[in-house]
Amino acid sequence: MKKTVDATGLACPLPVIETKKALKEMSEGQLEVVVDNIVSLQNLEKMAKQMGLAYSLETVHDSKHIIHIAVGEISSKEEPNCEAVSGNTVVVLSSETMGSGDAELGRVLMKSFIYALTELDRLPDKVLLYNSGVKLSVNGSDSLEDLQKLEGQGVEILNCGTCLDFFDLTDQLATGSITNMYEIVQSQMEAGTIIQP
Amino acid sequence: MGFDRSDDAAVYRLTDDLAIVQTLDFFPPMLDDPYIFGQVAAANSLSDVYAMGAVPKTALNIVCFPEKMDINVLSQVLQGGSEKVMEAGAVLAGGHSIDDVDVKYGLSVTGIIDPHKIYTNVGCEPGDVLILTKPLGVGIVCTADRVGEASPEAMEQAIKSMTTLNKYAAEVVRSFPVHACTDVTGFGFLGHLHEMLGGQSRAVIYSSQIPHISEALQYAEEFLITGAAQRNRNFLEDHVEIESQVPFGIEELLFDPQTSGGLLVSVPKEVGEQVLAELEKLGMPCGIVGEVIGRGEKEIIVK
Repeated sequence: MKKTVDATGLACPLPVIETKKALKEMSEGQLEVVVDNIVSLQNLEKMAKQMGLAYSLETVHDSKHIIHIAVGEISSKEEPNCEAVSGNTVVVLSSETMGSGDAELGRVLMKSFIYALTELDRLPDKVLLYNSGVKLSVNGSDSLEDLQKLEGQGVEILNCGTCLDFFDLTDQLATGSITNMYEIVQSQMEAGTIIQP
Repeated sequence: MGFDRSDDAAVYRLTDDLAIVQTLDFFPPMLDDPYIFGQVAAANSLSDVYAMGAVPKTALNIVCFPEKMDINVLSQVLQGGSEKVMEAGAVLAGGHSIDDVDVKYGLSVTGIIDPHKIYTNVGCEPGDVLILTKPLGVGIVCTADRVGEASPEAMEQAIKSMTTLNKYAAEVVRSFPVHACTDVTGFGFLGHLHEMLGGQSRAVIYSSQIPHISEALQYAEEFLITGAAQRNRNFLEDHVEIESQVPFGIEELLFDPQTSGGLLVSVPKEVGEQVLAELEKLGMPCGIVGEVIGRGEKEIIVK
């Protein structure tokens, strides 16, 4: 699939917004965005870089610049693999609950899921927490002790900074470090296995 | 003061202990409400006088307005502006208007000061702490608002910040030894810091200590970013080193152009906490955001 967004004549942040929209509609293929100034091109480059997308830049002339973005299957489901896979094992906790249906049940399940992680023979390399997932790493969380135990055993615990900020919990963070979208994307791109309960 | 440095206003000495400070600033609306735009434009124009440590005395309106547009809109703009001039304790003494395709508004402000007490925006000394008196992010929030993505709460915080006169922060810092002072506007926090360091000093900035509008960070992470911030980034590239763990959103906030931004003040470390405690009483998010350090390679390091 190949798509072109003509963002000439648009002022920032509109080229970026139009590009985001187009990316959302594409699962794979080539996206071409045409802009009329170098600053818009640089803003698009920043976005592609932050999103972990492969891209190349082209300047046709002074008022025509193009970014070519290769859209891949970023969040594709991993194939089940019996062999110990190469690369990192990354656990993604995108919510404070496990599964959907009943929130209370979801909380109980999440607590026992994280406890079970601590009992694994081969621990994951990283745990990524975002959206309400970050509530698991703050003071008062039922899973705090288990996450701290994982951290103590060398598992990298990474919490989404925007999310902590959103819930106003940044100063309550009790385990792991704060990360950004670039690292969240990068960690998943580089992962051998992604586990998302 | 000469033109070799980038001071916030022009200074003319009248007598040994009296000088006038003159500034001029005007721009197109960054938000929809004409009355609030008037307030923001006036607070922004007055700010340069405060950044010099001076007291505003007279102001003149500068108006560009389309003949075909509803004249009531203009009267609301001027109403907002005049209220801020009054709050500043200055007199609105007249102005000039012309027909133009777009609305633009601002003021030329004249203030007075004892020439021995002028704050320059250079003169930081190693060991100083850097204090910012308003939150960053108003540029990003206004940008998000223009494309319908800003929450009413975020916009409210941005408006509160932009319409607040730097008068109050200036009054607080006046009772402390100030080594350098400027206001943060179009060149963004890092751009104005760069001016303040003046090729003489260096600074380390703590990204976790930057007062900011929290939604602005979220909007930046969603790439609601401006062309002007990128131009600031391009200009400062050689002077700034941003460590890799600094979140992308904070980076954008540091380059984000501010309208009617806060004062950036360099004071000796010993009084830093005291200045901050006094500023906090004003109810505006503020903070000690960094330190002036000795010689080294990059001028500004963001940790």
